[in-house]
Amino acid sequence: MGNTNNSEAYVSFQNVQKTYDGESFVIKNLNLDAERGEFITMLGPSGSGKTTCLLMLAGFETATYGEIILDGTSINNVPPHKRNIGMVFQNYALFPHLTVNENLAFPLQVRKVEKYEIEKKVRNALEMVQLGEYGSRRPMQLSGGQQQRVAVARALVFEPKIVLMDEPLGALDKQLREQMQYEIKELHEKLEVTVVYVTHDQSEALTMSNRIAVFDDGIIQQLAPPNVLYESPENAFVAQFIGENNTLSGKVIAINKEICTVEVGENETLRALAVNIEGIGSDTMISLRPERVVVNPENGSYPNIVSAEVIELIYLGDHIRSRMKVCGHDDFIVKIPNSAHHAQLKPGNTVKVGWLAEDARALDAPA
Amino acid sequence: MEQSPDKNILVTADGIPLKTSLARAQRRSKFVAFMMVFPLLFFIMIGFIVPIVDMLFLSIDNSIVNRILPNTVESLKNWDPYANELPDEAVYASMVDDIKKAKKAREHTKIGTRLNYESSGFASLFRKAGRKVQKIDKPPYKEALIKTDKRWADIYTWQVIKQNSSDLTDGYYLAAFDFTRKFTNGKVEPLPEKDSIYIKLFFRTLLLSTLITFLTFVIGFPVSYMLANVPTRISNILIIFVLLPFWTSLLVRTTSWIALLQQEGVINDFLILIGIISEDGRLAMIHNATGTVIAMTHILLPFMILPLFSVMKTIPKSYLRAAISLGAHPWVAFWRIYFPNTGPGIGAGSILVFILAIGYYITPALVGGSSGTFISNRIAYHISNSLNWGLGSSIGVILLVIVLFLFILYDRIIGIKNMKLG
Amino acid sequence: MNTFLRVMTASAVMAMAGLVGQVMAATELVVVSWGGAYTASQQNAYHAPYMKRNSGIKIINDDSAGSAVAKLRAMSQAGNTTWDLVDAVASDAMMLCDEGLVDEIDHNRVLASAPDGTSATDDFGDFIVSPCFIPQIVYSTTFGYRKDKVSRPMTSVCDVFDLVNFPGKRSLEKKPINNMEWALICDGVAPAKVYDVLGTDAGVTRALAKLDTIKSNVVWWTAGAQTPQLLADGEVIVGSTYNGRLFALIEEQKQPVAMLWDWQVFDLDGWVVPSGGKNKAEVMKYLRFATDTQRLADQAKFISYGPTRASSAPLVGKHASLGIEMAPHMPTDPENAKTTLLFNYEFWADNRDDLDAKFNAWLLK
Repeated sequence: MGNTNNSEAYVSFQNVQKTYDGESFVIKNLNLDAERGEFITMLGPSGSGKTTCLLMLAGFETATYGEIILDGTSINNVPPHKRNIGMVFQNYALFPHLTVNENLAFPLQVRKVEKYEIEKKVRNALEMVQLGEYGSRRPMQLSGGQQQRVAVARALVFEPKIVLMDEPLGALDKQLREQMQYEIKELHEKLEVTVVYVTHDQSEALTMSNRIAVFDDGIIQQLAPPNVLYESPENAFVAQFIGENNTLSGKVIAINKEICTVEVGENETLRALAVNIEGIGSDTMISLRPERVVVNPENGSYPNIVSAEVIELIYLGDHIRSRMKVCGHDDFIVKIPNSAHHAQLKPGNTVKVGWLAEDARALDAPA
Repeated sequence: MEQSPDKNILVTADGIPLKTSLARAQRRSKFVAFMMVFPLLFFIMIGFIVPIVDMLFLSIDNSIVNRILPNTVESLKNWDPYANELPDEAVYASMVDDIKKAKKAREHTKIGTRLNYESSGFASLFRKAGRKVQKIDKPPYKEALIKTDKRWADIYTWQVIKQNSSDLTDGYYLAAFDFTRKFTNGKVEPLPEKDSIYIKLFFRTLLLSTLITFLTFVIGFPVSYMLANVPTRISNILIIFVLLPFWTSLLVRTTSWIALLQQEGVINDFLILIGIISEDGRLAMIHNATGTVIAMTHILLPFMILPLFSVMKTIPKSYLRAAISLGAHPWVAFWRIYFPNTGPGIGAGSILVFILAIGYYITPALVGGSSGTFISNRIAYHISNSLNWGLGSSIGVILLVIVLFLFILYDRIIGIKNMKLG
Repeated sequence: MNTFLRVMTASAVMAMAGLVGQVMAATELVVVSWGGAYTASQQNAYHAPYMKRNSGIKIINDDSAGSAVAKLRAMSQAGNTTWDLVDAVASDAMMLCDEGLVDEIDHNRVLASAPDGTSATDDFGDFIVSPCFIPQIVYSTTFGYRKDKVSRPMTSVCDVFDLVNFPGKRSLEKKPINNMEWALICDGVAPAKVYDVLGTDAGVTRALAKLDTIKSNVVWWTAGAQTPQLLADGEVIVGSTYNGRLFALIEEQKQPVAMLWDWQVFDLDGWVVPSGGKNKAEVMKYLRFATDTQRLADQAKFISYGPTRASSAPLVGKHASLGIEMAPHMPTDPENAKTTLLFNYEFWADNRDDLDAKFNAWLLK
């Protein structure tokens, strides 16, 4: 079934289902393959099932149905301490009664590694995260970012097959978080280790991942590289969850190959890329990125040109964010680049806005 | 703010030194803070400091002899107690005079009671003297007093009085360590082994308290672990069961153990029913040290569980998961990662249970028989039965010193800051 | 409480007086006793009949006899003695007398003679242990045994020391008092010489050696309720306690227990008059009534403690609610009192501290 024949898969979830109470699924039917050395992120709102997935991979939860394969062997019945999986926790879970060195030595000691070998590996791991002089400190004596690095070093020091990270940067402030994203990404590339990363922060996911699995309601809504996910969301949930997005709901009235015509609001028709629609007469939701909208286009230069009323303007330096009323929707956002000749707008103005049919994606209409 | 010209101190705009201004501004809030802690301070003074100081004082106070027999004490100063000679006429005259005054003040039996702690017979000697001394109105007082009771002709009687005529005494402490000062030669000697009580009781108390502390730990640790790791909704209910003993009278709990443990009791009946013991082999589990240990382990268990529970609740579950994911077997993870982090709770629980145990006396008195009583039972006896408060206090002070010593030891080895009471 | 009771009873008396159209000043006597069944027996036997005969007297019960020594000391220091009469055990009475907190009594002048003319001092005999003490009841420390757990009835206190014929556990008080005396008697010391022997080191050793023979079979009690419970549970076959507790166990709870009166040790409870009392004349009148031969016999209808007058013994009747003859249950009944010891206050005042230490050292071995 599914992807069993995929020879490149290093980690593989096959038809995995999970329930806690026997009445409802937390994971409905999960199929996911990750390649060796890949940085794959599970992204989704809380309660979407992404952390459960991670815990099943680590062995702290068991799959109710289905199989989890790691490096060619099923690990369903392997206890967690024998899976050889490194894990970084949201609160770091550094052992407070041990020094940094002892924390790092712990996974090596339980593997009965020779003492001099342990010392060497711990030293290397600490230098790798630039904490060479902090080995004899206790975790409490380190800053949040330093603790984070220790936690990463500890998850890597025993050269695990795969490293799991469960919202590891959640406790850090924004600036530090961005720096750590960069450092983790760099480590990943240097060590060529496979990483499964869980977060609810989409910008973090976009920055770091090779591929992102967007979770909602116990299923993967879309699994794709960041740029594909942003440019070509396959359904309304992904479109709305990833990045900023304008939505215009309407009814499909015509389909011409890849382009469909959608009736929106009061007899306004728009042309959009038919991505995920059921057919003529069905409800749809057009998704359109705010930066793809052009203000005051020349007549005829865009297949979609409609009039818009400027409601609100926010100056953000590199661009101006404008909220407009378009086709009856008063939450239509347009990003106007702060270029030399950008349009000068004032609230209350009525202008024209236009966009390409390819930039507007007709998706499923959420209930 | 400006720099004052003569001194290099900071002043406010109106020239008042900054520190004075600050103190003035803070005075009111300091006063309010003091008034808020005052009731507690007062309560601690009255309920804790004063009784302890009083106990320290009682354990060495011996002023009663000097107060009731002032003339005798004065005239005995020239008498050598070890010269094998009775005191002279002047001493007897002072004694007669002192007893007459004491009789008038109705205090002659108090001095008798005091000296009776040192040597049997003084209670009746002074009661009798109080009855007869009024009739002695002229010298020779020596013969007249000896006529009332021939014990007045015993050098030993006077040696005891002389020995106790200073305002302070170490006698209570000697007694508390099973030593005695021979009145015949003034030398301090240990009591014969067959008469020694207190050292044995101190050791037994410490030994059994250690055992009780260990048992509360062995039983309490898994319970606390479970309480800390079930959902709060369930642990709240289970905590009530832990606390239930607190809401039951100590006597009820203790007597319930009697009903369970006695030879004709529930447990013995059950063991016979399932054939583990025979009718003749009924186990003696109460009225001995076993009974004390069982009943007190039960009674003190909450004092171990609550600190352990509160510490375990603060240990993130992710520690164990992290250790396991790092490759440790769950047992290794528990022992090397979880257990060391419960240290503050173990320390606090053990100290609480141990200190409470060495001070317990009601339960040991009811279920301890002769092999399960504690040193505190002797303190209780001396405070409320024999009324020998001096001896009771000295034992109390020694117990206090032992506790403080153990506390300091704990601080040196583990560190008091590593203790968490909840 | 005391003031409250006073106000309540006083207003009740006033109301009643108003009802019958007479107003008279009632004298109130505050009588301190032990409360519970014991005070009730005094109310029934003494107070109620006395008030019936003397309408000008109101007797108010105060239950603080347990702390009487401390309270009398405090009242004396404050110079305001509000108590008129106090019920005390003999040893407390002696201590209070020594400290001058209670009055000495001329027993023959204050108290009634026996119906046959015997003087009060002769009628009370040895029970007048202090010049301040007016004896009231005799209670004893004695044994009860399980009839169903012995092969033949126990008749001698020495049966307690006989593990061969009476195997099983016995309960004794965790004190040297009484146990040392019984041990010596059963070791062959003539009862009259017991205290002479116990006054020597050899005698103490001898008594403890005798107790050694049963030590491993003894359950030591510290509270009077323990022996009745141990007997009821079958934990011990024989045990010592106060006779009133055994009466309740046998007659009220119907347990298969019988009395072993041999060498029971009498102790006394009686009246003392606080020195600063304000109604002494009335108190003396009351005492003459309440301690006469009939009144002391009457108290035994309500509680199984013996009257202290020799002349009262033949007058003891039936229990007021159980309806059984009380005489056979009295420690002072001639049948029960063939062999008795009277608690030796003088000896134990002198020797308690020393013997208690030795006894406890022995227990530790």
